[in-house]
Amino acid sequence: MIASLALILLAQLVGEAIARGAHVPIPGPVIGMGLMFGFLLLRDTPRFGLPRFLPKPLTDGTLETTARGLLMNLSLMFVPAGVGVVGRLDLLRAQGVKLAIVLVVSTALSLLVTVLVFRAVAARVEGPGRDGES
Amino acid sequence: MSGDFSLWVYLAKTPLLWLTVTLTAYVLADRIAAATGRHPIANPVLITVTLVGGVLALTGTAYPVYFEGAQFVHFLLGPATVVLAMPLYERRATVKRALVPMLTALAAGAATTLAVVIALARLLDIPQPVLVSLAPKSVTSGVAMGIAEALGGDPTLTAILVILTGIIGAILVTPMMNALKIHDMRARGFAAGLAAHGIGTARAFQVSEVAGTFAGIAMGLNAFLTAILAPLALHLLF
Repeated sequence: MIASLALILLAQLVGEAIARGAHVPIPGPVIGMGLMFGFLLLRDTPRFGLPRFLPKPLTDGTLETTARGLLMNLSLMFVPAGVGVVGRLDLLRAQGVKLAIVLVVSTALSLLVTVLVFRAVAARVEGPGRDGES
Repeated sequence: MSGDFSLWVYLAKTPLLWLTVTLTAYVLADRIAAATGRHPIANPVLITVTLVGGVLALTGTAYPVYFEGAQFVHFLLGPATVVLAMPLYERRATVKRALVPMLTALAAGAATTLAVVIALARLLDIPQPVLVSLAPKSVTSGVAMGIAEALGGDPTLTAILVILTGIIGAILVTPMMNALKIHDMRARGFAAGLAAHGIGTARAFQVSEVAGTFAGIAMGLNAFLTAILAPLALHLLF
């Protein structure tokens, strides 16, 4: 558990350092996601023999369990920011109705266009009859 | 009475109280969401925020005091983003097969979002500084605030619009996809992550792990693309 958390934080830390150092418009944690992906690839490539040198929790499934635990409760992590919104709704008062229209319409269209383009291209690339892994 | 009050003063000042309130409200909200069979309207973020917001209003607690406790939860957003690598890794073959549809949908979705926001804002006479704060609203909040600030918008307003967009997207996505009869969880998840960043991703994980995986990818890619497209779009159209 602690080894898993340490590895996750390390990936985030290095990600933040890269994001700030290189001024790329990608959030540090997203770069950290890439680093974690790279770590998993290396870990599971037998010819590197990495697991021999790693703490056991990083190879015995504990890392996976920790990750799943975090992801299953992703909603919780938006609560502090969300509560901040409640206190600042006054900022929306002047343009409230207009902003509500923009938010709802643009979000709906964004969902619609994305999903339709994905499906249309997937149907062409993968051929008819395949409907993804549902 | 004064004894009770000093206890309250003590508790209200420690992070323990507001951390406990946040977690308890979330557990309650999650129970409510589960009782409705994870109905999209019973969004756990929305319910928890309403409960906690109510408690803060009733006790007259200022947000910075609340955040002292809630920051521990807020902090976990970063690590949670890092571990999105896990489902991505486990399903990398599925993701690789869907690379072309993903990148096309990303370009189309990001461009549509910006174009619709700018067009609607002009149609409705929304002032320029608000429009600038509105442009990156589908992007995860840290990046969105950076984009708005760089373009002369108000980052606080952007943060509010980002969270509201996330909740709206998370509520809309399931009924919309069902109405469209789209059962491809890759496409559904990807749309949720692109339009509604992390809150959409949280919703996608509730529905299926495949949807969650694709939502996480869309969230990351859209942050990158919108950071590039938003300044361009605002320059082109003004």
